[in-house]
Amino acid sequence: MVMEKNELLLKVENLHKSYGKESVLRGVSFELKKGETKVIIGPSGTGKTTLLRCINGLTRPDKGCVWLDGVEVTHPGVKIDHVRQTIGMVFQNFNLFTHLTALDNVRIGLTKVKKFPKKTATEIAMAMLEKVGLAEKAHCYPAQLSGGQQQRVSIARALAMNPKLILFDEPTSALDPELIGEVLQVMRNLAESGMTMLVVSHEMGFARSVCDEIIFLEKGVIVEQGPPEVIFICPRNPRTREFLYKISELYGE
Amino acid sequence: MGFFKLTEEIMPYLLEGTVVTLQLTAIAISIGFVIGISLALGRLYGNSPIRAFCRGYIQFFRGTPLLVQLFIVYYGLPRYGIKISSFLAALIGLGLNSAAYQAEYFRGAIQSIDEGQMMAARAIGMSKFKAILNIIIPQALRIVIPSWSNELIYTLKYSSVAYMIGAPELMAQAKFVAAENFRYFEVFLVTAFIYLVIVVILSRLLDLLEKMAKIPGLQFFQG
Repeated sequence: MVMEKNELLLKVENLHKSYGKESVLRGVSFELKKGETKVIIGPSGTGKTTLLRCINGLTRPDKGCVWLDGVEVTHPGVKIDHVRQTIGMVFQNFNLFTHLTALDNVRIGLTKVKKFPKKTATEIAMAMLEKVGLAEKAHCYPAQLSGGQQQRVSIARALAMNPKLILFDEPTSALDPELIGEVLQVMRNLAESGMTMLVVSHEMGFARSVCDEIIFLEKGVIVEQGPPEVIFICPRNPRTREFLYKISELYGE
Repeated sequence: MGFFKLTEEIMPYLLEGTVVTLQLTAIAISIGFVIGISLALGRLYGNSPIRAFCRGYIQFFRGTPLLVQLFIVYYGLPRYGIKISSFLAALIGLGLNSAAYQAEYFRGAIQSIDEGQMMAARAIGMSKFKAILNIIIPQALRIVIPSWSNELIYTLKYSSVAYMIGAPELMAQAKFVAAENFRYFEVFLVTAFIYLVIVVILSRLLDLLEKMAKIPGLQFFQG
């Protein structure tokens, strides 16, 4: 499936968020077109997670706006539960529902939120598990799956809702190194199939080969953003260079 | 009269009381379950007046003796025109009392659930109410089983206090029988044994329930 890559899907404008005295986001603005994948990098504690949570309304920003597909989701009157159905979210710690099988984890949003009949929901859920390569694990509980498998189920759970956009919050940071590849492969396939994705991650290989743009966030502001070839080869800002150097040293790239 | 002959003679009376005790326990624990879970949810998710009410309720029923509560219901309410049987009074007293304890067990269970569960539920578009109903409560009910088992056993044993307001349960029957034949030692020994048998059976059933509700592969470290 090839998507037009020029239609604006997400617009984030001048987001501010403080927790007490500590300001986490200090005026963040960027855009995401349909079918684009952008990767957000930056030191820990610079507001990457807060930024994602402001986009799907899990956190309310102090100032600034978020538009999704022409609708202002930060508007007080907006039905945020409804908006969230259209934004998938994948967490660092998977957060699969521990009391439900893989199939039920993927299906519950369809049956309880979208009110699909059980048969339809099951068909969709199985197709999504198939997509992440876990159809044969449908009846396993999260605790019976490896971290990589759990994360793939959680991607299937997000996909089942047929979202316009998926937010990934460090999806591979909690995984053992040998399990990272399978999750990145699923994400790569998604990006290639035209899904719009906003990914907080330090997987530089993924960023370099998949994403359209890298956003370097530090201390609540965007220090630099641009296509990976620019950011990796000749970053303009010395802070970006320093950070990328640290990361590549750490990951041995 | 020998011990076994005596036991044979008093058993019908004691079993009559046992049936009442079981009814009292079953209904009181159910009342306590419904009110308790509501109190726990109110305390955790309610607005501030609701939270204050739930806290006050729990404080009152855990902070005062069950017997005082039973006397208030049985002897106190008729002054205001509410006349109820001793059995009903015992049910209300025991149920309301158990609710306070169950509320605390449920609250502990809910609080032990990782907050990521709620976040993930909200992230797929569930309202807070739906998330509580479909994600939080099913997990909390599994976690609460061990402490809830204690509450069931306590309620069974505390139901004996109801004899003080004249509810015809096991303890009341035992007292009645013993006052007739003066064999206090034997009568109460048999009575104790009946309580013990019920407690052992209940414990077994609850262990079974815990095993059935266990999620494959999952370890709960609390409770």
